[in-house]
Amino acid sequence: MDIHEYQAKKILSDFGVKIPTGGIVYSPENAENKAREIGGSKWVVKAQVHSGARGKAGGIIICNSPLEVADATDKLLGKKLITNQTGPEGKIINRIYIEEATDIKNELYLGLVFDRSSESIMVVASTEGGMSVEEISKEKPETIIRSKIEVAVGIQQFQAREIAFGLGIESKLISRAANTIIGCYKAFSELDATMVEVNPLVVSHQDEILALDCKMSFDNNAMFRRDEIAELRDKTQENSNEVYASDRGMNYVSLDGNIGNIINGAGLAMASMDMIKLAGGEPANFLDVGGGATPEKIVKAFKLISMDTKVKVILVNIFAGINRCDWVAEGIVQALSKIEIKHPLVIRLAGTNVEKGNEILKKSNINYIEASTLEDAANKAVKALG
Amino acid sequence: MSIIIHKNTKILVQGFTGKIGSFHAEEMIKYGSNVVGGVTPGKGGMTHLNLPVFNTVKEAVDQTGASTSILFVPPAFAADSAMEAADAGIKTCVAITDGIPSHDMVKIKRYMRRYPKDKKMGLVGPNCAGIISPGKSMLGIMPGHIYKEGKIGIVSRSGTLGYEAAQQLKDLEIGVSTSVGIGGDPINGSSFTDIIEKFENDDETIAVLMIGEIGGPQEVEAGKFAKENMSKPVIAYIAGLTAPKGRVMGHAGAIVSAYGESAIEKVELLKDCGVTISKNPSVMGETVKKVLVENNLN
Repeated sequence: MDIHEYQAKKILSDFGVKIPTGGIVYSPENAENKAREIGGSKWVVKAQVHSGARGKAGGIIICNSPLEVADATDKLLGKKLITNQTGPEGKIINRIYIEEATDIKNELYLGLVFDRSSESIMVVASTEGGMSVEEISKEKPETIIRSKIEVAVGIQQFQAREIAFGLGIESKLISRAANTIIGCYKAFSELDATMVEVNPLVVSHQDEILALDCKMSFDNNAMFRRDEIAELRDKTQENSNEVYASDRGMNYVSLDGNIGNIINGAGLAMASMDMIKLAGGEPANFLDVGGGATPEKIVKAFKLISMDTKVKVILVNIFAGINRCDWVAEGIVQALSKIEIKHPLVIRLAGTNVEKGNEILKKSNINYIEASTLEDAANKAVKALG
Repeated sequence: MSIIIHKNTKILVQGFTGKIGSFHAEEMIKYGSNVVGGVTPGKGGMTHLNLPVFNTVKEAVDQTGASTSILFVPPAFAADSAMEAADAGIKTCVAITDGIPSHDMVKIKRYMRRYPKDKKMGLVGPNCAGIISPGKSMLGIMPGHIYKEGKIGIVSRSGTLGYEAAQQLKDLEIGVSTSVGIGGDPINGSSFTDIIEKFENDDETIAVLMIGEIGGPQEVEAGKFAKENMSKPVIAYIAGLTAPKGRVMGHAGAIVSAYGESAIEKVELLKDCGVTISKNPSVMGETVKKVLVENNLN
């Protein structure tokens, strides 16, 4: 689960990381007042959307008066911001963050992630702040500092100091920088984060170490014990069909093509997507109905898949194990008696009692195309697009 | 032989009396697995499915001599149960539970480092289908009857793709020595390398089918291991060729975040290691067959 920049900064500041003074606003009037309240002579108006690269997309505006702040807010609110990470549909701007402008001396990169090889928490830092970590690893890999943190004892002062020295921070600011790194680590480890990225982390001309921008992601599996984080979820930033599915405990992924998929198991789903692409088609989405593909689940699945207006063909691909094909087939027949499907339907059943399952489908009055293998299913789905 | 589980392996079910635990324990017993009891804290002394229930894993191990456990405990308590199993001297624990927080997985793995190698529990999963040695024992939630007894080792992150492979092999009259599901989470108990090393050392296994997907370094690490240490052929399929970067594709661990983690990159890197690639999921069985023929192994 992702959260907004202003929420992430609030969390960091609770862990002792310094952030520029700022506040969230919902209207131009609100914004103007906030700018006056913050004081100073220069402000940054920042669109709050779940995406990086907002600056390049016009989502970050520097202003020289409270009136300009109001104008900039007016310009951004309610608009969809399209960045290179949001896809062509963009993301709606409902909240604006107003911040005092920082007098930047130096921009750095600081990120924390799980390192899946060593199964520890990895701090990644670089002197090349402001660039994405992908760009840094391509263009300036020699600037990257990596430090593995032993989770049982947590980050040590010396590790944080080593990173700070590695970033070329001047001696008098080392302990400030080290405490910033430690604060980020604590936020990561104490709140079930999967990513904390401060980019840029800046050194100001006033000798402050500040988190100028921050992204945080959290482990969805840990939300049962993180009420305070779960509350920060902003569903307007997520695909509405994915929200509908996740609210109902279903695993749904929205993609760009026109073949809708109902599949059991994430691995089989990915494999099916690959077959569709090989057959010359593009998946619109997939819904993983999991192990127990009960009739109720299948009804919900068809409903959800049909909500996606991109869908022109529906492919059902179930490898029935414990849930036998005849049950699945009965589920499909029941589901289709309750809802009407306007698109061509391809069904591939495999596994336990496959013959019985196919017989039930054939005897019913559903209009569908039967497929045998993964390949056959993909080919028939693409062909059905016409 | 098979790997990890054999005909007489004594199995405990953690989370035995719950709905899911009960259902799959029964399926395992029907298959012929030697389930000797279960653990549900607070229900010790009860009898469930005609088997004893214990309060603690230690007690269960003492009374039954069990060496292996399967875990159906809900996500919030699963890490605790896995560590309890490790401490009680369980040799292999398969965690079926889906939804264990990553921070808990890191904690479990860190906890297990306290044991010397010969006393350290092998954790398989979580979020996996488990292990089956066809005709001998099933320690998982898979449909046992789709696995034919034989000599191919299967190791897969995905459950259903593992089934798909077993079915394709069966249709070609090729059997399986053991199939291991290592699960779809970013941090898991056993890696591909851990499992293929066991297959290399198993007399009965003649070739290994590895079913990977996007995200994480494990497939490529296994490829490198195979290149340096394996005499047996390795065949691999990597799911997610069409997955967009930065998206979580159903499995929490199926996300491309670094170089070498996309399906195309993994396929190229594995080819460099001498691994034969099944070019699509429909031909996993055929590709294994071809490799067997080429190596005079059929």
